[in-house]
Amino acid sequence: MHNKKKLTLFKDSIRDAIYLSMKKDSNVILMGLGVDDPKGIFGTTLNIHKKFPTRVFDLPTAENGFTGFAIGLALSGKKPIITHQRVEFSLLSLDQIFNQAAKWNYMTAGKKSVPLVIRLIIGKGWGQGPQHSQSLEAIFSHIPGLKVVCPSNPYNAKGLLLSSIEDKNPVIFFEHRWLHETYGRVPKSIYKVPLGKGKIIKKGKDITLICFSLTVLECIKASKILNKFKIDVEILDLQSLRPLDKNLILKSVKKTKKTIVVDNGWSFYGISSEILAIIKENDSGKNIIAKRIGLKNTSIPSTRALAKHVYPNPISIVKAVEKILGKKFKNLNLFNENDFYSDQPYKNFLGPF
Amino acid sequence: MKKINKNKKLKLFYEMLRIREIEKSISANYAQQKMRCPIHLSTGQEAIAVGVCQNLNNKNKIVTAHRSHAHYIAKSGNLNSMLAELHGKKTGCAMGKGGSMHLIDIENGIEAAVPIVGSTIPIGTGLAWANKLNKKNNVVVIFFGDGATEEGAFFESLDFASLHNLQILFVCENNFYSVYSDIKKRQNKNRSITKISKAIGINSHAGDGNNIEEVYYEVNKILKFIKEKKRPYLIELKTYRHLEHCGPNNDDHLSYRDNNEVLKWKKKCPIKSYEIKLKKNNILSEQQYKFMKNKIKKEINKSFKFALKSNFPEKKLLFQHNYA
Repeated sequence: MHNKKKLTLFKDSIRDAIYLSMKKDSNVILMGLGVDDPKGIFGTTLNIHKKFPTRVFDLPTAENGFTGFAIGLALSGKKPIITHQRVEFSLLSLDQIFNQAAKWNYMTAGKKSVPLVIRLIIGKGWGQGPQHSQSLEAIFSHIPGLKVVCPSNPYNAKGLLLSSIEDKNPVIFFEHRWLHETYGRVPKSIYKVPLGKGKIIKKGKDITLICFSLTVLECIKASKILNKFKIDVEILDLQSLRPLDKNLILKSVKKTKKTIVVDNGWSFYGISSEILAIIKENDSGKNIIAKRIGLKNTSIPSTRALAKHVYPNPISIVKAVEKILGKKFKNLNLFNENDFYSDQPYKNFLGPF
Repeated sequence: MKKINKNKKLKLFYEMLRIREIEKSISANYAQQKMRCPIHLSTGQEAIAVGVCQNLNNKNKIVTAHRSHAHYIAKSGNLNSMLAELHGKKTGCAMGKGGSMHLIDIENGIEAAVPIVGSTIPIGTGLAWANKLNKKNNVVVIFFGDGATEEGAFFESLDFASLHNLQILFVCENNFYSVYSDIKKRQNKNRSITKISKAIGINSHAGDGNNIEEVYYEVNKILKFIKEKKRPYLIELKTYRHLEHCGPNNDDHLSYRDNNEVLKWKKKCPIKSYEIKLKKNNILSEQQYKFMKNKIKKEINKSFKFALKSNFPEKKLLFQHNYA
């Protein structure tokens, strides 16, 4: 086991990136509903207002308006960071994000740009239901003019957020709530993880699992089970969804010849669909087997009895690998699907979020 | 309207007490982890729900937001279905698919509850528009909080309701906090929800949301106005949430609300203060009070049993109602 004292929580690495950016650059502004409240957006902005009292703003419940205000700030040299506690609240501001922020640099022929970061928190579990547990990464990734990033661990969370804040164009930063309480090694200093680059987090020869955000953890768990069946998995963490690291994807799948894209959202019209299309278009020898799994294509129910069937989990990933490799793993039923929670991020979570 | 008669006073009290006791049981049982969904308890805000809904019948539709338990119960929402929904059971009002934030009871006119702030204000406006197109005179009631009045959809809905003479009662429950954010941080001190409404052409009234008789009496008058004049109306009622924004507990340890303010409002508890008043005026006896509590307790126990023994929805139901 790691010594937890030397490790950093994901939520603290987010806060650290915001703090360091604000310290380094007095133009960085933090805004959003509840950014300075006693819970500080699941701990990710906790007490930052005490360090920078003039640059942290709680806001009225006026999402479309305040996204426009942030664009105005950004056009005037500020670097706003907006946070939404649920991705669904950002949907009220899509005009400002899709029509305005995303287009500004293009429609001014590069004369102006909008350095804006919008942190969107996604999640699942504890009965949050149809309007509070969606993963809408694909919608934002569809828009030219938006960069979209999805950290999966405390290290890339900090490095990607530092890169996002420094970027001169709008970046949509997706954080999965279930990652907030995970640990990892994180340098104290400023460092960058580049936008638009994926990472092979485990090398393997038999099959590539392509994943992002929480599904990276699910794939790591799945690879440990698969290792017992002597299957050597390669895991590719996308890190950014737009720009997408096509070269890394193609390099990996051309080596393993088999891949499963494990989508964090709905697979239908999803991120995984796009990746399969790219693989297909670039597979001149037509010898790569590529499949996708993701959220079941339905609205997400509140009740845990149904919600547990919606999400991919390590067992469903292992079963998908079993199928694609044409194997039959013995005693797979020893691994109980119920050991992998779909309702709580960890066992002693007492709810609600 | 004439004076509120004794039986009505007892009814108003009983309905508030019933909401309080139901929510107390939800709060007390939450730690058992059987109700696994977010809960936004209405404790402290019961007088508004009861004062409004006691003037309505099942032809009146209501829409509400995340803090909807009191509205649902006051509007005769089925208690078995509500508790089953909170438990994620098939017998819930939305088969467990909605959870606490999506309580509905179509037969009783509880049309929608959603957690996206302000989103049901235009939907309720549309319900009233349909009433007008269908030549129905049933007033639609739209419940929302002080935070929702900051949304563009609030202004857009008031504009449209005013323009088209829609029969809507807009009820703003102003509890001064949006999650932990004080209204002072969100709105200028000179901003007035009732003045905004008047400027858009909609008559309005501000009142004490913890005074059940006042709420009942004012809403009674207002509903008559809406029906006679065929105009919308807005009422702002000030009140206070006793418990945390989301969850079963108290959150005073977070110190986002001034201690004296919390104490002041808890003293103004709509139920306790009315109990004292009714007892003092010999309208409610201790015996009657105990009888009421006992009756409610039995009802709650029965509904909890129903929820607990109900089945979870089967896997195949995941895709039911998913048409595309």
